[in-house]
Amino acid sequence: MNPAVLIASVYVFALAAFLGYQVISRVPPLLHTPLMSATNAISGISLIGSLVLAGARGYPLPAHILGFVAVTTATINVVGGFGITDRMLKMFGKRKPEAKPEAKAVQK
Amino acid sequence: MSLTTYFMEATYLIASILFVLALKGMSHPETARRGMFLAEGGMFAAIVGTLIGAHIITWVWIITGLTVGSIIGALMAIWVPMTAMPQRTALSHAFGAFAAALVGIGEFVVKASEMGAVTRGALGFEVMLGALTTTGSLIAAGKLQGVIAGKPIQFRGQNAVNLTLALAMVSSFVFFWIHPEIVVAFYTMLGLAFVFGVLLVIPIGSADMPVVMSLLNSYAGLAAAATGFVLNNNVLIIAGTLDGFSGFILSVLMCKAMNRSITNVLFGGFGAVIAEASSNAGGVMREISLDDAAMQLAFANRVIFVPGYGLATAQAQHAVRELAELLEGRGVTVKYAIHPVAGRMPGHMNVLLAEANVPYASLYEMEQINPEFPSTDVAVVIGANDVVNPDARDNPKSLIAGMPILEVDRAKSVIVLKRGQGRGFSGLENPLFFKPCTNMLYGDAKSTLTHLAQAVQHV
Repeated sequence: MNPAVLIASVYVFALAAFLGYQVISRVPPLLHTPLMSATNAISGISLIGSLVLAGARGYPLPAHILGFVAVTTATINVVGGFGITDRMLKMFGKRKPEAKPEAKAVQK
Repeated sequence: MSLTTYFMEATYLIASILFVLALKGMSHPETARRGMFLAEGGMFAAIVGTLIGAHIITWVWIITGLTVGSIIGALMAIWVPMTAMPQRTALSHAFGAFAAALVGIGEFVVKASEMGAVTRGALGFEVMLGALTTTGSLIAAGKLQGVIAGKPIQFRGQNAVNLTLALAMVSSFVFFWIHPEIVVAFYTMLGLAFVFGVLLVIPIGSADMPVVMSLLNSYAGLAAAATGFVLNNNVLIIAGTLDGFSGFILSVLMCKAMNRSITNVLFGGFGAVIAEASSNAGGVMREISLDDAAMQLAFANRVIFVPGYGLATAQAQHAVRELAELLEGRGVTVKYAIHPVAGRMPGHMNVLLAEANVPYASLYEMEQINPEFPSTDVAVVIGANDVVNPDARDNPKSLIAGMPILEVDRAKSVIVLKRGQGRGFSGLENPLFFKPCTNMLYGDAKSTLTHLAQAVQHV
């Protein structure tokens, strides 16, 4: 890795950390479980690294096989993580407080 | 750079922006779901971009992996009950970290000789964090599922063993960093990291799981970020860092909510020191009959429910909502008080109650609800113990001294739903149970609440 790339990467890391702190400290405790499963699904982005390992030019068969396992587990994370986060968030949005009676009617 | 590479990089940029927007949406339940659609879109774009731009030559592994993973993931998303959310999340930390570790191993196998010092360092971090998070999360999931005993597993000299192992792991990391041609060093590090993950989590009791879950979340994210450094891939760095910091912030919050440091949680082996704790708890616990309890509730003006992990184990979230609705029908004001570490992961109780259709506006955080207890007629504690233990506030010698609690004991009367007379997970006596204003109602929380609801109907 040449120094310019390293410095750029460290910048990205530091800014992402700062941004993450700003954004995530505003998530209410109410949504901490969905937050955890959402960030987990998002970090399933390591799937793209796995895809390269599993099939890109310049990697031998053992790497492809490691990549295959990685693709599988990362995909479980992405699909399962987003799926279950959505299921949870649907519940939080499902019923509005008493002020909106039409939401209750729809439910029945 | 070819055109497809530019396209791939563009999708990564878009994905990064969408991920941040998604987390921003999480600041409110109304916008959270829309936010997640953005993140899903970002993920899809990044995958398509990679498949087009990364010079893929062999499709069979990719397609099989994507298919198998999607099927398993979708089945998990559909079938896992809300009560099992902590173990599901622990498992997915394991999967995510394992994927990161595997990518690291793959890169090592293929490119070890041509890596610079910085890349090698990042690779070492990635594999080490990934491996220890994998086994650590599996142990956590096992404990949460009840496959492994939830009690802390401890032995003499445990911290010394752990420390030695950690030192050995770090030394082999340094050795690999200096001498990348010696393959054994890399694999020794990998193996030690797997073992270290196990040893790190087995001494931790179930009640401390919220902290452990958050920490593992953080490690899994940082492993993904390290992958980004190895592959020179910014979207990996960004997404991994967001995940890592989210986990870190949650761990800090959880520790604060227990008034303990992270080191204390990891190496303190809480919950094992049962007998040593001095407590001024003593006296008799008064039992109350179902009908009397129903009467109290029915004629109260304000009732606060205080759920704990017992609510989850008894799957009583629907029963409590039914009882609450009956009471509301009689004009009783019903609120729910949620302690930050109630349950086994951050926000666990909120999700359970939301599943039972409790509107989120009636769920109150500790700081909001504590001033309301003195004007509350009945506080109903459902399977919670340490988070309502007044010793934390009153007894400086208590093991949990200084931990912020829900001040249930200030309510005019308290009904405690409990399986039996035993102690909580920390093994501490709870003086709340002996207070004159407290009445105990023993039995399975779900059936007790259902019977209470029936009794309230007949009042």
